[in-house]
Amino acid sequence: MRMRKTATACAAVLALAATATACGGESGTAGDKPAGGDVYSGTYRPASGVKVDSPVLQKAQKAHQITIGVKADQPFLGFKDTSGKYTGFDIEIAKMVAADLGFSDKEIVFKTIDSNVRETTISKGQVDFYVGTYSINEERKKQVDFAGPYYTAGADLLVARDDKSITGPMSLRGKKVCSIVGSTPLQEIKKPKYGADTIELSKYSDCVKSLLDGQVAAVTTDDAILKGYAAQRKDKLRVVDKPFTKEPYGVGLKKGDKALQGAITDALEKHIKNGDYKKAYEGTLGKSGSPFTGDTAPELPLPRG
Amino acid sequence: MSGASVLYDAPGPKTKARNRLYSIVGAVAVVALIAFVIERLGAKGQFKPEMWNIFNYADVRNNLRDGVLTTLEVFAVAAVLSLALGVLLAVARLSDHKPVRWLATGFVELFRAIPLLITIYVLWVILLANRDALGLSGNGPQFWALVVGLTAYNGSVQAEVLRAGIVAVPRGQAEAAYALGMRKTQVMTTVLIPQAVRAMLPTIISQLVVTLKDTSLGYIITFEELLYTARQMSTNIIVNGSDTYVPVIIVTGVIYVAMCLALSGLATWIERRGRRTKTGVAPATAAPAGDPATAADTGKDPAATP
Amino acid sequence: MNVLLDHLPEFRDGFLGTLAITAASALLALVLGLLIAGFRVSPIPPLRAFGTAWVTVLRNTPLTLLFLVAFFVVPQILFPGTSPFVLATLALGFYTSSFVCEAVRSGISTVPIGQAEAARSLGMTFSQTLRMIVLPQATRTVLPPLSSIFIALTKNSAIAGAFSVTELFNVSKLLSDQGFAIGWIFLWIALAYLVITFAISGLFRVLERRMGVAR
Repeated sequence: MRMRKTATACAAVLALAATATACGGESGTAGDKPAGGDVYSGTYRPASGVKVDSPVLQKAQKAHQITIGVKADQPFLGFKDTSGKYTGFDIEIAKMVAADLGFSDKEIVFKTIDSNVRETTISKGQVDFYVGTYSINEERKKQVDFAGPYYTAGADLLVARDDKSITGPMSLRGKKVCSIVGSTPLQEIKKPKYGADTIELSKYSDCVKSLLDGQVAAVTTDDAILKGYAAQRKDKLRVVDKPFTKEPYGVGLKKGDKALQGAITDALEKHIKNGDYKKAYEGTLGKSGSPFTGDTAPELPLPRG
Repeated sequence: MSGASVLYDAPGPKTKARNRLYSIVGAVAVVALIAFVIERLGAKGQFKPEMWNIFNYADVRNNLRDGVLTTLEVFAVAAVLSLALGVLLAVARLSDHKPVRWLATGFVELFRAIPLLITIYVLWVILLANRDALGLSGNGPQFWALVVGLTAYNGSVQAEVLRAGIVAVPRGQAEAAYALGMRKTQVMTTVLIPQAVRAMLPTIISQLVVTLKDTSLGYIITFEELLYTARQMSTNIIVNGSDTYVPVIIVTGVIYVAMCLALSGLATWIERRGRRTKTGVAPATAAPAGDPATAADTGKDPAATP
Repeated sequence: MNVLLDHLPEFRDGFLGTLAITAASALLALVLGLLIAGFRVSPIPPLRAFGTAWVTVLRNTPLTLLFLVAFFVVPQILFPGTSPFVLATLALGFYTSSFVCEAVRSGISTVPIGQAEAARSLGMTFSQTLRMIVLPQATRTVLPPLSSIFIALTKNSAIAGAFSVTELFNVSKLLSDQGFAIGWIFLWIALAYLVITFAISGLFRVLERRMGVAR
């Protein structure tokens, strides 16, 4: 009899949850507004009559839909709010490229892809291309091709605001450092010369959470990503600001698709020249504490694979 | 041994007093533990109204609702398919033809031995590589990798459960059916399986609860079900400069427990109905809400595996 | 074939990692499961309620959610700085303990009533009856379900791979991300799991034979 009551109670809870969700509630985005005001979100005029000899692109054009892999948990870079809208610098870059390939905003489908499945999803074609703090390196070039770089970040450290003991990668000996599986800063910090103890999770936001809980002493990844987290939690976290690697961000695409690689490189160059790039940067990453300078944009022309 | 009460005497006045003391101490200990947890979380600001206010937003609710619906969708398809596969494999394992028996046994043993997570991941990679040939697009590969993975594993377990049920049907039943001139298929479908299903229902439903819980493994292949959605929200919604992990996890946990309990509630109800008729095979022993999968009383019926 | 030979150290570490996490959480699950089973049959109502709540909550929550709780909520309650291995052991051990508890409880209910009655008439207390008479006899019937619970635990330990614990699944993902054919990796990993699960069922079969006294 008691069990029956439990079951009834559960059914009641479920029904309640269902009606509660059905009735709506306050509109707007839950949680604080991102620091520095709203993140910029531009629109770019889609090019018409784009002809690129790439099977991936031709298929997307036929379907009038392009799937772009992005990050969803990196404020000012690639961030998804509760309404499902993606914002950030990487998102802007993705939109610029998509526009030049002939896709309007409505025809873009963003798909959240965590770092540890990037190679799998790109090489197996789950996404048409990928824009999400994706550093170009030799290891990855074996599996995917890159266009760009469109930005150069550097591995840095995120620490607790009141932690004065960590001044750079060399002061990490014996300390716990969090990073994510398959990221380049992780490979770097694992080198014996730093003597750091690594914790590998699957999302940077999980690492930040561990740092806030005191589980780890530092989080390492690219400064651009870390500054976004620090800006969100100004009174708790700070970035050490001593980059110890160079991480050139590229647009990842299926290996061997030279035509698409060329088209994306063209698109990046065009938007860097016409000022869209600067505008997007200032409206996104620029608000997290790294202003636009002469070296922000990559040198043109971009390398051609 | 029917009840736990056999383990101790009806208490006398002294024991009563002592038990009362223990009860109080026990209650205090349990309450203290809960209070400690709540106090620690409270000290971190996890119970501030702003933290919980996030559930008043339409977007958050819609996300949760979509997550629940996606989870239920995967569960529904996987449950139906795994039951079908379970019947098929159980019959195949009892087949008169050696190759069929071996194939079925191999399938069951293989998929029961490999972690579901790995099965799902491998299926996903295979489906992604062949998505054009299979005509899958968008979320298709993720959805089907999850469904097929859940089906292969849970189907194998259900097959073992059903097989135990079929074997438990008194042999006279099948013999009588043959004597009436029924064919093998007829005996199986009209005599053996119905009785086996009824006898094993509680265990079958406990395994369905496992299926429901395992839909959460979709996170590994970027499939956005309830747990994935909840994780995303918990780190992306920032209140007072801290994540909303605790509220989101608690709410998600309650939703999962409620869904599973509703399902096990169904098991209890069906079992109670089944007990009314005294013919045929006795249903497996109680699998009430919260503690199913105890059909292993005799040690030979397979229990649901977590 | 080459995948295995070229990456033997990774496979070995993964194999040992899976063994370690399985052994540690099996031990925790066994201890906790016995304790909670004791709670559930005890004469003290708050403990019984606690036991029921424990089993209900842990059995009906996805293991992944428990991992999230262990990694992102537990450090707020206890002291921070606990290693991922310990946290993963906690999540796996707690989850499995609810299944162990139920297996033990159903084992207890298979011991003939007369045994407990006889023990009681000799003047034994609740804990004496349980410890000296009922549990040793229950062990026999508990062994088969325990075996399948621990096999399930071995497989569930794959989830720890996503939480900074080196084990087999992590290795398979690492190698597949490096572009090796998934088929071969899958085969070797599956084989490694089969070795562990066969070892467990073999161990339990030996135990069953040794405990298998006719009653």
